[in-house]
Amino acid sequence: MIEARNLRKGFGPQPVLDGVSFRIENGESVAIIGRSGCGKSVLLKHLIGLLQPDNGEVLIDGENIVPMNERQLLRVRRKFGMVFQGSALFDSMTVAENVAFGLRRHEHLTETEIARRVAETLEVVDLPGTENKNPAELSGGMRKRVGLARAIVYEPQIVLYDEPTTGLDPIVSDSIDQLMLRVRDRLKVTTVIVTHDMRTARRVGQRILMMHDKRIYASGAPDEFFASPDPVVRQFIDGVADPKETPF
Amino acid sequence: MNFTANKWIAEWLTGLGRVALLAREAFASFFTFKIAWRDLLYQIFFIGVKSQAVVLITGAFTGMVFGWQTYLQFHKVRMDTAMLAVVGVSMCDELGPVLTALMVAGRVGAAIAAEIGTMRVTEQIDALRTLATHPVDFLVVPRLVAAHIALPLLTMESICVGIGAGYFVGVHLLGIDATYLWVNMLKYTHDVDVLIGLTKAFVYGGIIALISCYKGMTCGLGAEGVGRATTEAVVYSSITILITNFFLTILLGTIASLL
Repeated sequence: MIEARNLRKGFGPQPVLDGVSFRIENGESVAIIGRSGCGKSVLLKHLIGLLQPDNGEVLIDGENIVPMNERQLLRVRRKFGMVFQGSALFDSMTVAENVAFGLRRHEHLTETEIARRVAETLEVVDLPGTENKNPAELSGGMRKRVGLARAIVYEPQIVLYDEPTTGLDPIVSDSIDQLMLRVRDRLKVTTVIVTHDMRTARRVGQRILMMHDKRIYASGAPDEFFASPDPVVRQFIDGVADPKETPF
Repeated sequence: MNFTANKWIAEWLTGLGRVALLAREAFASFFTFKIAWRDLLYQIFFIGVKSQAVVLITGAFTGMVFGWQTYLQFHKVRMDTAMLAVVGVSMCDELGPVLTALMVAGRVGAAIAAEIGTMRVTEQIDALRTLATHPVDFLVVPRLVAAHIALPLLTMESICVGIGAGYFVGVHLLGIDATYLWVNMLKYTHDVDVLIGLTKAFVYGGIIALISCYKGMTCGLGAEGVGRATTEAVVYSSITILITNFFLTILLGTIASLL
């Protein structure tokens, strides 16, 4: 269970989160949507302790992670897998070494067992036989898949996705959506997706949280959310720019 | 002006404090967590083996130039055969460790800061943290230990090559008697000089690795941030080595005189 209580965070004089509170149950799949720069990724990084809030609490299975130091957080982070917007693959390592990283660091397995688990996970993300490739040789979609394989190989309880389909064409985005659904259903993990891709939010999220004005503005099941008459929610869903706003 | 000076001093002291905290974290990690031998060996290869060419060339030409200049002065007082003794003591105590460290700071310090800085900018350090790995354990400790091991070895090579090059200049270019030259060098260059040089090299290895890792891990975002971190890693490492050398010379010299 993930719970955020009254989170506040600012960078310099600029507040980014101003009293964000929500709760995500075990096994639930939640999409956090909102406009670019509204603080979605900042919020996601608070959930795994990559950023510390100025105020508020983050509870993982009832344990507040905010007062923990970096070493104490390592124990909590074993429950998590995270897929980054830019994949964040270790470019000095091959695909197999990237995927095996978590296994090698934290589980006492033989090399044969590690190789088997890596091959199995690459199969799950539809990338069999890519073990010896370097990240530089992969396309954007393939890098996202390797990032996902690296995040799920040690079977975490929670998987966080930061803009998983940003920068990908619609067909690759669709395959990533299917992959997230497959991982969610096969591993029974709690899933948190930060995205501004409405199709991804609708397909993968069992509940949608919308961030607006530095806090959670709306929350609901996808159908209920997409039928919302609220003007702010409608503007985001329909993708209509404010005429007074200069887009460039 | 006063405000700028105060700000600069505050930033300098903050940076110094953070490097000290990084050193403490790395020290604790080294004694607490299992070191990744594969990473350590790769770093020794990268810092040590790959730096050999530059260190050997520097050592050789420093020994030759220093031998030539010493001869020009000593010849005036008919002390030609003491030339290599001066080269030996200088290479062991000062030139060997300091010049080796400066060359390694330029080559390795820049590479470490650029590599770690790029990892920070592309969220690879955050990815490490999400994989329940402390960046100090994975990135800093292997580089720090490798630099502590590689610098004394490189310095040893530099000293040997420097003395050999000085011998070559003395015997083959200046025509000094080889036996007197060599015996005088052995007479005035003591074990303690070699020990002082290696101790200094050990310290400089730590300075280079710590400052470069720190600059990489705290670099600003974007290409400009990585570029600045790289430059600062080399400049700060070099300056710190030169300043530390003065105090180490006094400290180690005092200890040696008591022995």
